[in-house]
Amino acid sequence: MIHLHRLSVRLPGFSLKSVDLSIEQGEFFCLLGPTGAGKTLILESVAGIVSIVDGRIIVSGRDVTGLPPEWRGVGIVYQDCALFPHLNVEKNIHYGLRYHNGSNREGRTRCRDLIDRLGLASLLNRSVMTLSGGEKQRVALARALATAPTVLLLDEPLASLDPCFREDIRDLFRSLHRETGLTVLMVTHDFTDAHSLAQRVAILNDGHIEQTGTVDEVFRRPSTAFVADFVGMKNVLPVRVKNGTLSIGALALAMPGENGTHRFAAIRPEHIYLHHAPSGVVSGDGFAGRITAISNQGLLAELAVEASGVTFKTVMLASSLMEMGLRQGAAVDLHIDPADVHLI
Amino acid sequence: MQPGRDPLVWLAVASSTVIVAFILVPLVEMMTQPTMASLKETLMDRDVIRSIRLSMVTSGAAALIALVFGTPLAYLLARHRFPGKKILESIIDLPIMIPHPVVGIALLSIAGRNHPLGRLMQALGLEIMGTVTGLIAVLTFVGLPFYINTAKAGFEEIPPRLEHVSRSLGASAGGTFFRVTLPLAWRHMVVGGIMCMARAVSEFGAVIIVAYHPMVAPVMIYERFTAYGLKYSQPVAVWLILVCLVLFLLMRMISLDRKATA
Repeated sequence: MIHLHRLSVRLPGFSLKSVDLSIEQGEFFCLLGPTGAGKTLILESVAGIVSIVDGRIIVSGRDVTGLPPEWRGVGIVYQDCALFPHLNVEKNIHYGLRYHNGSNREGRTRCRDLIDRLGLASLLNRSVMTLSGGEKQRVALARALATAPTVLLLDEPLASLDPCFREDIRDLFRSLHRETGLTVLMVTHDFTDAHSLAQRVAILNDGHIEQTGTVDEVFRRPSTAFVADFVGMKNVLPVRVKNGTLSIGALALAMPGENGTHRFAAIRPEHIYLHHAPSGVVSGDGFAGRITAISNQGLLAELAVEASGVTFKTVMLASSLMEMGLRQGAAVDLHIDPADVHLI
Repeated sequence: MQPGRDPLVWLAVASSTVIVAFILVPLVEMMTQPTMASLKETLMDRDVIRSIRLSMVTSGAAALIALVFGTPLAYLLARHRFPGKKILESIIDLPIMIPHPVVGIALLSIAGRNHPLGRLMQALGLEIMGTVTGLIAVLTFVGLPFYINTAKAGFEEIPPRLEHVSRSLGASAGGTFFRVTLPLAWRHMVVGGIMCMARAVSEFGAVIIVAYHPMVAPVMIYERFTAYGLKYSQPVAVWLILVCLVLFLLMRMISLDRKATA
């Protein structure tokens, strides 16, 4: 397990601000956030690579705050693998053994098992410079696991891989985690990684955690406008809610039972439905709108629709767009199901 | 546009030819002027042999001192940001900028009895003026920036993440340096040592202030030139150049990256 208590790190031009995070034993946890949010800095703080200015770091029940990296029992795998270029595959994997009773039978057996499990037996004498991205990632993983760390830190390990390798390595992470029961903290900005691997996630923004929860919670019920936008709710709009009515600019949407202090409404683009309305006449619960922009993205088209001064973003199949004859400037009937509106 | 028709390429070729000629013509001329007999005679001259050997030994010692004391500093500069780093880097470059007789005078000014350091050195039996110790001190002074800057560039080329991973795998800072950093940076360190030694071999200005005797090769060449003229100084210069060339070629070959030449 990993517990970060009021962790603060200061770098020139950036700081981590009193981060609290708790990752349970055997959990696969993902840290998500945009570039420069401080994800890797948290990882490197846990590994002891960067100096912290305040806070405590507990790894597997041990306060490691003041310990050097080599005493923390933490394995780390970077996006670029950081394999030692002057050592071949075998020497890379065995690198840490001498510091962890590697000469004993247990260490050697563990290494052999890892080499077999990760399919590296045929690569042992190869230079690491000649390996493919997927092979490098497997070697880096074997090297980190060879020392039997109590916690594994993964810094965007899939980001630089080809899509075909990515799925393989993702499966590998999943099965290794299941087999070893290791606590894993992974940094990523890819939702697919989080969805397929993580039990819980934290969203990081500008050095502080915006929200922590299960993948489903964070993706369905974001607690801040930033998280809503980050998880793909492209319509994060300032609202007023009073007596069961939601006011988005001049638009009013009935939301029975809602009343309170919500400041934003977050709606996924796929939850905004359009119907062609050339005459400008809309159905009872719809809004009259006009398409202001269309951006084709292969199978899907992203549309911007303006209704009473409010701009909504929506997506639809490019084929549906053509079938409905929708073009820029076309008048549409815009529908939002109140059940799809998430209030923040 | 084809490279052959690009006027910039021609301009580059022309300027390169001028530069290479500017360097080579005087050297080739000097190397080819002495007769074989005079070269052989110079080689038999014990004073010449002694001065060339002294040049090599003192320059080698300067490079070794730079390596031992300069490596931690080069590593510190490559890996850490700290207040005053730019000032420290400028201080390291000072020996390149200041006139070399000034270096000699500066070293002598701290080596005298009027200075606490001078008194300490004398108490330890270290004499600067007119000694091999003084020669090594002055050559280290002028050669240090070349070693430190080259070694620093080598350390900077190594991604810090390799060291981070090594630490996370259980290696201490020292273990990481010797198992990861050094194997990846040693070529730069050797090249830095070569540059430091090369600079030290060619030093003259600071040497004549601190130690005219014992005589290193550049001082010997200068003395032969002023006492007997060009004809007698040239063979000594040729032998110095040849010895340096062989030595530096050997060191370059050792430090050459096999992969880069493959």
